[in-house]
Amino acid sequence: MDQTSNNIKINAAETLPDHSIQRKAKDRLFLLLVIVLSVITISIVVFIIGTLVFKGFRQINWAFFTQVAPDTFQAMMAKANGEIIPGGIANGITGSLYLVFLSSIFAIPFGLLIGVFLYESGDTKYANVIRDITDVLQGVPSIVIGIIVYLWIVVHVTHSYSVLAGGVSLAIMMLPLIIRSTEESLKMIPDTLKEAAIALGTPYYKVILKVLIPTSLSGLVTGILLAISRVLGETAPLMLTILGNPGINWNITKPVSAVPLLVWQFYNDPNMVDLIWSSTLFLMGFVLILNLTSKWVAARRNA
Amino acid sequence: MNEINFTDPSPILSIENLFIFYEQNKPAVKNVSATIKKNAITAIMGPSGCGKTTLLRAINRMHDLYPNIKTEGKIKLFDENIYEMSTIKLRRKVGMVFQRPNPFPTLSIYENVIAGYKLNGIHMKRAERDQIVETSLRNVTLWDEVKDSLHKKGTFLSGGQQQRLCIARALAFKPDIILLDEPTSALDPVATAKVEDLLVNLKNQYTIILVTHNMTQAARISDNSMFMYLGELIEYENTKTIFTNPKDPRTEGYLTGKFG
Repeated sequence: MDQTSNNIKINAAETLPDHSIQRKAKDRLFLLLVIVLSVITISIVVFIIGTLVFKGFRQINWAFFTQVAPDTFQAMMAKANGEIIPGGIANGITGSLYLVFLSSIFAIPFGLLIGVFLYESGDTKYANVIRDITDVLQGVPSIVIGIIVYLWIVVHVTHSYSVLAGGVSLAIMMLPLIIRSTEESLKMIPDTLKEAAIALGTPYYKVILKVLIPTSLSGLVTGILLAISRVLGETAPLMLTILGNPGINWNITKPVSAVPLLVWQFYNDPNMVDLIWSSTLFLMGFVLILNLTSKWVAARRNA
Repeated sequence: MNEINFTDPSPILSIENLFIFYEQNKPAVKNVSATIKKNAITAIMGPSGCGKTTLLRAINRMHDLYPNIKTEGKIKLFDENIYEMSTIKLRRKVGMVFQRPNPFPTLSIYENVIAGYKLNGIHMKRAERDQIVETSLRNVTLWDEVKDSLHKKGTFLSGGQQQRLCIARALAFKPDIILLDEPTSALDPVATAKVEDLLVNLKNQYTIILVTHNMTQAARISDNSMFMYLGELIEYENTKTIFTNPKDPRTEGYLTGKFG
């Protein structure tokens, strides 16, 4: 009896070091792999931002935000004299803000309503069909949305390239993102909270308005901000809907410009090269701020 | 046979031949009839899955939220069938406290207490509101602990304090009946003792129905006890009688720990 248990101990002691060496080697290997992969990921972001700052910072000045884009002759003259390109991207900035404003007005109420509906309907057939359609919509290539909105709005409604058409196409892209994020953040609320409100005799619509929505507000805001930052950089549908505009325009039926569209136009003009980098830097900074804001809002929920 | 017949001519609550189905032909509550005594604590006990919570949640029509749950039979509150009342009126008369404390996380302690009024859009003068908040919090012995932080969020309180806050929220609406669904199962013994003490004090003003899987709790604080098993109401008696001299062998088996 004693001997067998001794044998077992000896066996265990002999086999243990082998396993532990193997385990430690595997552990090291995976640690190394994880570090290498994360460094690669981080450095991509660092390189993007670094390149943009390095190449773009010279053009960033007050005029960059307040003046419209120069024409190619002005840019050529400035380059020939070794000066920075005059003017800025105010037409793009105002256009982008106008587009985001319009698309938010269209997409946020619809998105929230459908999101609440899906949350309430749970696993019913009808709700699942809507969920599937939403997923399909999310997968539609943005150029397809652009050409469809061109047909709907540009051809039939405004009879001209217009900020309205651009706003509609971006709203269509925001819609599935807001719907799903609304449903997901409502799902995070424990049922007991809903029941607490019901048990106080609260009519159901007030439970939604006064308990569910306030409780999930930070989640809803995060979803909306991410949807905005997602469409802010869209270019393809804008080419077919807003066309671009050398000046600032507030007329909803007329063309405007947008920052990503300006980048594309600068790219096609050899005299404007320097403006590409500063415009991209601006766009990147804007999206980064939206992303960080949404992270901050989300973190506040957990605090 | 197992029903207490209180001589009260118009009982506060009477349940008549109640069946509750989650699935067809499989009742979770089977033919339960009982009369609840006013200003007393009635405990509903039984092993897990016996239908005690299901029965309790029928009393304020919580099952209406879930369309797959079917109910047959009658529940009468002051001789009025609750299935013919508006749920809003019913739930004002029958308050509920849940298993886990669930204060509204976006509201302050003060707002949580008067949440019933706020959510129903009932406006009151400030003095009146203050009065209700103070009385309700005093009733649950929470006033001295929170009077200086009434405008902090209710979720900063400890679990036991949160549960007392939830009881205060139910009391603020001045209900006739308070339903409690295992209110102390998420609490430590000290917090449990506090909740039990306040329930005993509250029965002078309210009628309390308490679901518990803790039979010593039922023995400690209840006046009458129901024992349920597999959806049936097996025995409903004065608590002392049921614990010292149970009539049904199944009750005895449960109380002596043979199953449960």
